[in-house]
Amino acid sequence: MRAWFFTEDAYPQLPEQESYRSIRVNLPNKHFDPETGADNYHQFIDMWLMAEELGLEIMLNEHHQTATCVVPAVPIIAGILARETKTARILVLGNPLANLPRPTRTAEEMAMVDVISRGRLECGFVRGVPYESAPANVLPYRGADRMWEAHDLIVKAWTTHDGPFNFEGRWFHARQVNVWPRPYQQPHPPIWVTIGSARSAVPVAEHEYIGAVFLAGYPGIRAIFDGYRDGYHNKHGVAPPLDKLAYCALVYVADDEEEARKGGEEVLWYMTSNKVPPEYSNPPGYHPPAVAAQIASGSRGGAGIPLQTTLDQQMARGNMFCGTPDQVFEQIKAFYDYSGGFGNLLIMGQAGHLTFEQTRRSMTLFSTEVYPRLKELTAAYEADEMKEIRAALPEKEGIDLGTFGLDFAR
Amino acid sequence: MSTSTETIRTVELRDVSVDVTFKGSGPRLFMLHGGGGPVASMPFTDKLAKTFEIVAPVHPGFGGSEIPEHFDDMQDLIYLYLDLMDELDLQDAIMMGFSMGGWTAAELAVLSTTRISKLILVDAVGVKVGGRDERDIVDVFATPQEDLTELMWHDPAKAPDPSQMSDEQRQIVQSNRVALGLYTWQPYMHNPKLPRRLHRIDVPTLVLWGEDDGLVTPDYGRAFAGMIPNAEFAVISEAGHAPQVEQPEKFVQHVLSFVSNGSA
Repeated sequence: MRAWFFTEDAYPQLPEQESYRSIRVNLPNKHFDPETGADNYHQFIDMWLMAEELGLEIMLNEHHQTATCVVPAVPIIAGILARETKTARILVLGNPLANLPRPTRTAEEMAMVDVISRGRLECGFVRGVPYESAPANVLPYRGADRMWEAHDLIVKAWTTHDGPFNFEGRWFHARQVNVWPRPYQQPHPPIWVTIGSARSAVPVAEHEYIGAVFLAGYPGIRAIFDGYRDGYHNKHGVAPPLDKLAYCALVYVADDEEEARKGGEEVLWYMTSNKVPPEYSNPPGYHPPAVAAQIASGSRGGAGIPLQTTLDQQMARGNMFCGTPDQVFEQIKAFYDYSGGFGNLLIMGQAGHLTFEQTRRSMTLFSTEVYPRLKELTAAYEADEMKEIRAALPEKEGIDLGTFGLDFAR
Repeated sequence: MSTSTETIRTVELRDVSVDVTFKGSGPRLFMLHGGGGPVASMPFTDKLAKTFEIVAPVHPGFGGSEIPEHFDDMQDLIYLYLDLMDELDLQDAIMMGFSMGGWTAAELAVLSTTRISKLILVDAVGVKVGGRDERDIVDVFATPQEDLTELMWHDPAKAPDPSQMSDEQRQIVQSNRVALGLYTWQPYMHNPKLPRRLHRIDVPTLVLWGEDDGLVTPDYGRAFAGMIPNAEFAVISEAGHAPQVEQPEKFVQHVLSFVSNGSA
């Protein structure tokens, strides 16, 4: 198991939630104090460095026009960490390709980070979340197609070394493509793609890329991972290695249960802060019509009401692993067994007002007491044995994924 | 509900199927609906069907139909309808377009008026009249539904009530939004080149507007009409973005008067 420390780099110093309609897209940036913002950035960079010291890998992402994540350009943070870190792998998950106008720029940025870090980049590609169709001014309809075409161009740009080529696709055109630098890793950095359904997992599996699932929990994980496994097997004739699958969850580890709950409640901010009205969560063509209709009618949340959820609910769903080291290990192992196994744990280890010290304590306990056992667990993985373990675990039913799944388990 | 007999025919245009409603008898009225979806079954068409044969296609993607794989934007709809007008062999037709369909109609008339005798644009979009910092047309994709209702209707009580819709109807409403997005996303609801081309329209043109249209205002309509040679502009009171729904009598009266006298 490889564990990746992740924080969204939020700006949580906000007015009362009732005072605004949306934390995304239109929350005026007068609420962003540059001094506080600078302190935040430095603290987050320190957190990622701390994660490296603890032996964890690093995960970064980007979002736009939102206080939930004030990294609108992930190559900048990745570039800083490429220089400031020495050993950690740096996962960018990801570049929102459907919403970015020029894939060759992404190819250049990621190649540069890869070279500066001397080959420690893991490069993720994502479609982008629904709220960002307005900031990007991109119609979300056919976003997956746009993403894959941009991907094709980027990979070709990374792997073409004998002079320029031209690309005239449906969505993207580029002339005289000849990126400098080329990537440090050959033929290119490992590629990750987020997956949220069995169907979306298939092309990722066929490319042998790492499929990352965000917060699908018990209700969604089997279908998605199985979609990947089937797609991989159909194309390559063998089962995918464990390290081709990743799962992202909220994690808080503490010395005792009381402290764990306190910290877990803070990390839960990641969900409860996500107040977004339907005009931003339901842009035309992002969701299938049936889902879009549910959002529009308010029957599936998204009516400008923040997600109402509790720590216990999210722990039951497998979206949050929270407790003492023993408890957290058992929770992750239970989910791991249920899911059929995965080799990467993406740790949303800091959110909201969780302090640096709280984060450090949690990640220290994780790395010293949980992580070694997870590594043993995956080292002992055997496909046949896992099948039996999983078969003995009945389907968990009656757990509603809730609104959260719509936007994040894509 | 409609009282005139409607016939729906699926017209095959190469690999695209278009459902076309035919209704009434008389000179052909080629009717292009707006972003809200097909209008051929609405009460105002019963009145028009007494004088005209309404010919009303459903834009691909609306009313539960598929968006053709190769469709990207308004241009695809325009060229599809050039084919459709040939296929139906329209002669001296009156072309009427509502809102987004008004944009389509204006683009078609710019390309050729050989099959049409008159043009009627109703609360139409398609041009930009303001500066780069002004949104001429409310961003329907970024506006809360309750605000849109207020903007679009003189009497919001006449707006369609989602709570009375079946699940299937709600999904069609969402599919319509996707199609509207496809045809109008960027540049938003307009073609920057269109104002330079509208001079080509050489048939009598009526631009009709709901007085209380807050989505795209009468001032916009007046400016749009001013770009079309000799176009007439008329306002319908106590109506918003859909005067044909809120004031069907007045609306039909304007149309009949324009068609028979050349003046609304």
